[in-house]
Amino acid sequence: MNDLNALTRTWSADLDIRLTDTCLRDGSHHKRHQFTTEEVRSIIAALDEAGVPVLEVTHGDGLGGSSFNYGFSKTPEQELIKIAAETARNAKIAFLMLPGVGVKDDILAAQGNGGSICRIATHCTEADTAEQHFKLARERGLETVGFLMMSHTQPPEVLAKQARIMVDSGCQCVYVVDSAGALILEGVSDRVSALVAEIGHEATVGFHGHENLDLGAANTVMAVRAGATQIDGSVRRFGAGAGNTPLDAFVGICDKLGWRTGVDFMKIIDASEDVVRPAMPEECRLDRMTMMMGYAGVYSSFLKHAGNAAERYGVSGARILQRAGQRKLIGGQEDQLIDIALELKREAESA
Amino acid sequence: MTKLTAAIVGPGNIGTDLMYKLLRSESIEPRWMIGVDPDSPGLGRARDNGLVASHEGVDWLLKQDELPDLIFEATSAYIHREYAPRYQEAGIRAVDLTPAAVGPAVIPAVNGNEHAGAVNVNMITCGGQATIPMVAAVSRVTPVSYAEIVASVASLSAGPGTRQNIDEFTRTTSRGVETIGGAERGKAIIILNPADPPMIMRDTIFCAVAPDLYDTGQDAITESIHQMVAAVQSYVPGYRLLQDPQFDPPSAATLGNTKVSIFVEVEGAGDFLPPYAGNLDIMTAAATRAGEGMASTSSTSGKGEAK
Repeated sequence: MNDLNALTRTWSADLDIRLTDTCLRDGSHHKRHQFTTEEVRSIIAALDEAGVPVLEVTHGDGLGGSSFNYGFSKTPEQELIKIAAETARNAKIAFLMLPGVGVKDDILAAQGNGGSICRIATHCTEADTAEQHFKLARERGLETVGFLMMSHTQPPEVLAKQARIMVDSGCQCVYVVDSAGALILEGVSDRVSALVAEIGHEATVGFHGHENLDLGAANTVMAVRAGATQIDGSVRRFGAGAGNTPLDAFVGICDKLGWRTGVDFMKIIDASEDVVRPAMPEECRLDRMTMMMGYAGVYSSFLKHAGNAAERYGVSGARILQRAGQRKLIGGQEDQLIDIALELKREAESA
Repeated sequence: MTKLTAAIVGPGNIGTDLMYKLLRSESIEPRWMIGVDPDSPGLGRARDNGLVASHEGVDWLLKQDELPDLIFEATSAYIHREYAPRYQEAGIRAVDLTPAAVGPAVIPAVNGNEHAGAVNVNMITCGGQATIPMVAAVSRVTPVSYAEIVASVASLSAGPGTRQNIDEFTRTTSRGVETIGGAERGKAIIILNPADPPMIMRDTIFCAVAPDLYDTGQDAITESIHQMVAAVQSYVPGYRLLQDPQFDPPSAATLGNTKVSIFVEVEGAGDFLPPYAGNLDIMTAAATRAGEGMASTSSTSGKGEAK
């Protein structure tokens, strides 16, 4: 463990790393935002029982994400947060918000419903759009986490400066977020190390991975070795794109490496099979579409939307994603996938 | 027609771009540029273009014997809220490019005439100027139960004001989608994209309309959209539809509504700001048009008399 990064902690000293399961937030993309109250209740109960210390629940695109652009929620997210908070006995409930999509009132509502960790995500060059939200969250006594999304697009020193902006605004932990699943091993540890060097004496550093190039778990090990102490994953990979770092497998990896997570491996693999799998529309897979996301550096939640547009306009979904990468689209620009599909259709017709 | 005289308050990028547009106006004569920093390059540019430039602020302007008919406020919401009452006392009408929202909100192509007689008008947000006309184009044909806009702008074109008050952008824009766009319920999303070279502003507008309109309403809605695009183009030449309006049939994903999707791009005129900053260009262009609308209603008002 990196001593420097262990200085300021918001959680128990008995843990070497603190795990957050995000299948009820990142998995919302894979589920097309159709979680039912019963699914949320049973998943929260099972993961809480297994000892996962933080459970994230929100629309995939954060508070206020229910929309034409990102997909409407079947059940209002605030209701799901409330059920999660009522169900969990030990775990803290986290929620995500993206400035520009959600607003401060959404944060207050989520806190009112029992959420206690406010995770605020910006594109990794736009941290200053979150200042007012971090400030509010801290004033209201929420624990804060910052997400630097699409971290593969910027070098370590740029990310470190952005992490500094977040910490100066009141953020207690900054995550390197590999939204596209495009980072490879040292690409992760170099970025995490840069953040630890910049903010490690004031705040913790986290890592959130995706599986699009099949490296989620390996990248996460690299992140911990570089000093990340808060780690995201989703049981059974239940997340956007090819899914997140499999939290169940990662608990096993931590056991083998002697890293204390507080999670019971037997219980979490049972929860994975018996509770999480039945709530998934299908397993999260490595396939042509998801590998293209890692390869072209595309925001993982574009997957279903690119698939919809491909079907609607009769063009290749992988080509849509490839072009999304070429256009340097970032998280939130799902609308542009329709524009790309229409462009591809026009090109095919004129060819 | 006698031109109205105007002062631009705030010699930054927006104020400077606005100056070039006003210099071409047939009904407004920009005569003063007001700032607070003697070294401001914007004041120098204004002098080069024949304006009287002062770094002594609005207090200096209001002490002059001759006062402007119009003030274009390109400072901050905070400053405009403080000074708006004093402009009004002095009989000066104001076009407010800040989010202060002291006066009624104006989208020239939609409600420009309604407020041409107002003493203070507000230009909402760049995203509002680019998207509310499209919502209005649909809602003048058929009721819109919900409209959602997604504005993507180049990071470089989003200043500290927008960044520190991003909630204000989404709230103000969604309110405009309802009150001026005519949607029963509105939602606004903004994305700042740092791509290099910078992306030209893009906006997507989604409207929910009645299910049967998928079969019976497409032509009328499309026609109305094309007419509205032309109306906006009359003051923002770089405003264009990227695709034909798209219609999706009612389904669970559209909550049972017909979904209308409209894709636009706003390329700036490049007066002072770079062409990718269509979000800023549409603000200065709309402000110019709003000021011209006010000019058309004040032929009887003399300097410092209009109330």
